[in-house]
Amino acid sequence: MQPLLRVENLVKRYAKRSLAGTWEELSALDGLSFVILPETTLAVVGESGSGKSTLALCVACLEYPTSGSIWFEGRDVVKLVEDERRRLRPHIQLIYQDPAASLNPRWNTLEILIEPFVLQHKFEREEMKQRAYSLLERVGLSLEILPRSPVELSGGQRQRLAIARALALEPKLLILDEALSALDCSVQAQIANLLMELQSSLGMTYLFITHDLAMAAHLADEIAVMNRGRIVEQGPVEEILHQPQNETTRQLLAAVPRMTRTALPALEQ
Amino acid sequence: MGPTRGRIMVSVLEIQDLHVSYRWREGVPRPALAGVSVSLLPGEILGVLGESGSGKSTLAAAAVRLLPPNGHVTGGAILFEGRDLLRSKPEELRQIRGARIALIFQEPSLALHPTMRAGEQVRQVLAAHGSPGKRALNERTRQVFAAVFPEEVDRLSQSYPHQLSGGQRQRVLIAQAIACRPCVIIADEPTASLDSATQMEILGLFRTLREKLGLAMIFITHNPALLAGFADRVLVLYGGRVVEWGPAATVLASPRHPYTKALFQSIPQSFEESGNRRETKLPAIAGDSSPSSLPREGCCFEPRCAERMAICRGREPALVSVSETHKVSCYKYEA
Repeated sequence: MQPLLRVENLVKRYAKRSLAGTWEELSALDGLSFVILPETTLAVVGESGSGKSTLALCVACLEYPTSGSIWFEGRDVVKLVEDERRRLRPHIQLIYQDPAASLNPRWNTLEILIEPFVLQHKFEREEMKQRAYSLLERVGLSLEILPRSPVELSGGQRQRLAIARALALEPKLLILDEALSALDCSVQAQIANLLMELQSSLGMTYLFITHDLAMAAHLADEIAVMNRGRIVEQGPVEEILHQPQNETTRQLLAAVPRMTRTALPALEQ
Repeated sequence: MGPTRGRIMVSVLEIQDLHVSYRWREGVPRPALAGVSVSLLPGEILGVLGESGSGKSTLAAAAVRLLPPNGHVTGGAILFEGRDLLRSKPEELRQIRGARIALIFQEPSLALHPTMRAGEQVRQVLAAHGSPGKRALNERTRQVFAAVFPEEVDRLSQSYPHQLSGGQRQRVLIAQAIACRPCVIIADEPTASLDSATQMEILGLFRTLREKLGLAMIFITHNPALLAGFADRVLVLYGGRVVEWGPAATVLASPRHPYTKALFQSIPQSFEESGNRRETKLPAIAGDSSPSSLPREGCCFEPRCAERMAICRGREPALVSVSETHKVSCYKYEA
């Protein structure tokens, strides 16, 4: 099968000003390669600062990588000019951790849902509304919330709304950047179920970025472990969980909070 | 063993039948806590577990009288060191907060001053609660820093918050909290913004400080897995009420209240099981707990409960003991 996304040797460096006033280079992504097959989920896990969010921004065409290529449906998106990138963006959508920060608090639910259509100059007003209704239904929200602003919604409802908006333009790839991390455990389970349901009904492909290894193991087909801008280990979920090869993976596994734990791991103080 | 074993221990902080409601511009006041009673024993870590809207942050804020202006305590008592904090004067409260009862909040980047060195921020806490002279102040600041950072104490205390990692910033907040040697720390989701490895480090640090300083702690979280192996007792809040309360090991391993049971089941257990993980949905709790969907009468969990009975709609269940130390508010356990 042809991969939907192929990332090759991706490098992203940021210029960082040191205390002495000189400019230093900071490698957020340091030669990263992976593929995602259609209708599968790749989870990228790592500690904060390992480059996960930079990866999300590069794949979503919101940040230019320093070097390397990102092949999406046979085209290298890094080499596209801005106009072509704009036409590609509807196919790759990004969902952030905090829906409260990514939804405009002054708009109501309907305005938020039809904005993608307005931006893409698609459909008449009536058609937009109809599509907004079916999107809401798709993510399990009732039409009652249409006149409400995001502030009046619960955390779970907000994240469902963010997913509905991301689905508006019928994307092929959804990037979920810590999309469940800010939610309560019981709500996380609801949204995780919704994501799996959408994957089977719409044939979605997910790049699931998280530090929650337990949720990654539940949702993903494959897990890639990141450390300092590199993928240090990648493989099927069972292999990563039961035969971790890399030290970073073992540390991440050890740090997962488990209900069955009886004592905290010893401190190195 | 843990402090929960002693039965005649005097609690350091006792919250009795606390009622808090928030007033909104439109409509009636909305209750956030409806009769919550908690006792904190010396040296214990009490885990308060609840989802958003359960009243867990209200409990933390009300315990030190730091509710937002629209929040009002409408009943109950908060007993600390022989007085009721609800009847204390503002001046008394200022002397208690930070010195005797310290608070740690979720977002360390918001709680720290962005243009002040970390060491100075800890020093100011000490200075605010009495000034024993510049030398003593600096010495104590260094001591406090050394208690929370294993190494590079001097460099870190000279750093600005933006130069520190999330875990380091949280350690600075902990340093501020322990600076005046309080006997109670209330921590509201202190590790929520940290990744799991750093979370474990901070939990470990809390345990160490508890041993060293004899602190009692209220640790508020929405993640039950964090409490395993960490808390001594667990209090589960739902809809502003205590639904379950008992020793952590018992509550986490064999929860009795339908809400607690359903909550624990909704957490992915990918490590414990193997095989057909992708075919199984997570057993999520249907519905939500937003104030508008809570029932006005009867058990507050009734609409979402898988084990509801006819009686649950009528009136609110009281807390009943299922063992000497384990209490549940559910009609299933009423004799």
